[in-house]
Amino acid sequence: MRVMRGVMLLMVLSLLGGCGYNRLQQTDEAIKADWSEVLNQYQRRADLVPNLVATVRGAVQAEKDILESVVNARAKVGSIQATPELINDPNAFAQWQAAQGELSSALSRLMVVVEKYPELKSIANYTDLMAQLEGTENRITVARNRYIEAVKNYNLVVREFPSNLTAKVFGYDTRANFTVQNEAVIASPPVVDFGAASSTASGSSAN
Amino acid sequence: MWRWLGICLLFWSSLTGAAGSVPVPTLNMAVTDLTQTLTAEQVATLEQQLRDFSMRKGSQLAILIVPSTQPETIEQYSIRVVDQWQLGREKTDDGVLLLIAKNDRAVRIEVGDGLEGAITDAVASRIIRQRIVPQFQSDNYYQGISDATTRLMQLIEGEALPETEPESSNNLSRFENVPWPLLLFVVFAGGGVLRGIFGRMGAAGLTSGAVGLLIWLFMGSLLFALLAAVFAFVFVLGSGGNGGGWSSGPRGGWRGGSGGWGGGGFRGGGGGFSGGGASGRW
Repeated sequence: MRVMRGVMLLMVLSLLGGCGYNRLQQTDEAIKADWSEVLNQYQRRADLVPNLVATVRGAVQAEKDILESVVNARAKVGSIQATPELINDPNAFAQWQAAQGELSSALSRLMVVVEKYPELKSIANYTDLMAQLEGTENRITVARNRYIEAVKNYNLVVREFPSNLTAKVFGYDTRANFTVQNEAVIASPPVVDFGAASSTASGSSAN
Repeated sequence: MWRWLGICLLFWSSLTGAAGSVPVPTLNMAVTDLTQTLTAEQVATLEQQLRDFSMRKGSQLAILIVPSTQPETIEQYSIRVVDQWQLGREKTDDGVLLLIAKNDRAVRIEVGDGLEGAITDAVASRIIRQRIVPQFQSDNYYQGISDATTRLMQLIEGEALPETEPESSNNLSRFENVPWPLLLFVVFAGGGVLRGIFGRMGAAGLTSGAVGLLIWLFMGSLLFALLAAVFAFVFVLGSGGNGGGWSSGPRGGWRGGSGGWGGGGFRGGGGGFSGGGASGRW
């Protein structure tokens, strides 16, 4: 009797493997890893921004609006707790994404403006900082792409038959991905600033 | 029916042709020049330098010159190339790609994860601005590439990386992790002692279990562990009082794969990239 029970347990376990339980675990774990990388790179950018603002501030004083929008966006990004659990909460995810998107567009506006000030190039650190920022933006793109790919793989497992049954039994749901709408915000080309940027909020994070 | 087939065909061709991006060439040489910008001697010189360097230090540095990466940006193309080539050693991730898109007048240094400390984005950008761009602007392609690779090698040289393992490649290198003397001891001495206590059958079972467990622990390969366990079982079972029939260790047969470099081919070692490095234009 005991042997039979053991055999039954083994069969159930192997069936679980066949139903994509292991693949579910693997893809789920891959998402977590890729998501950590995304957060890591966004954090890296957030860390660079105060430095960058401090470096260019003196030279581009005339562009007060843009500087402030960068500082504000940076403060907003810093105020959102970016935990790995963010991916499980679609609302928080969207909020976080919007904040990062705002910082992206503010930064790209700044990047366009600084081109007007060739004297910046003579400031020590400036070119290095710019290289770091460019590198970080590229890393963000790569990390996002890998995350998108990981979520795609996971969602496929959750939806495909028969693993969708396993997913349902164990309560695994499809995950939010970077959406096209927000993609557009982030990828939007820098536009001319009409001076409408808010100038009331305080920029506490700029040192 | 023919119309339906035609539509299908159209759809299929649009699917496959949709990407329209520049294909990634296969990695055979450290220097891949698809534009014939460099002379044969120049390519050979660079190739020799890069191969010697990777033999000595273990890091893989590769150069790729393409006419254009359009419609992709050089960054997009570059990450596709390194994802496919996997320059650098696995886990150490010490690969570097110098990518030049000649007609786009764009250049990029793509740095593997393990070298981001030695070659930061700022440093890579400086190499491009100070060594590559001025030379490229006056059409001295070879000089620019050569200066850049020399500097990159210097930078990697200063980094403490794991030693090279010239005798073993990827999978086989795990054989180096196994403490063979310990294993031999288990089989010979352990097998002999256990035979006295548990009898032949019991000793063979216990020894093979121990050997299998050890191999599994050190190599992480269940298949090899099982094979070794069966081998040990047969050995202890078969050997009588004198345990001296096995003099040459199992090591002898596993030498010769030389890190993916031997035999003229240049292959990536499984290194990972995540977009570090810098780009520039001239």
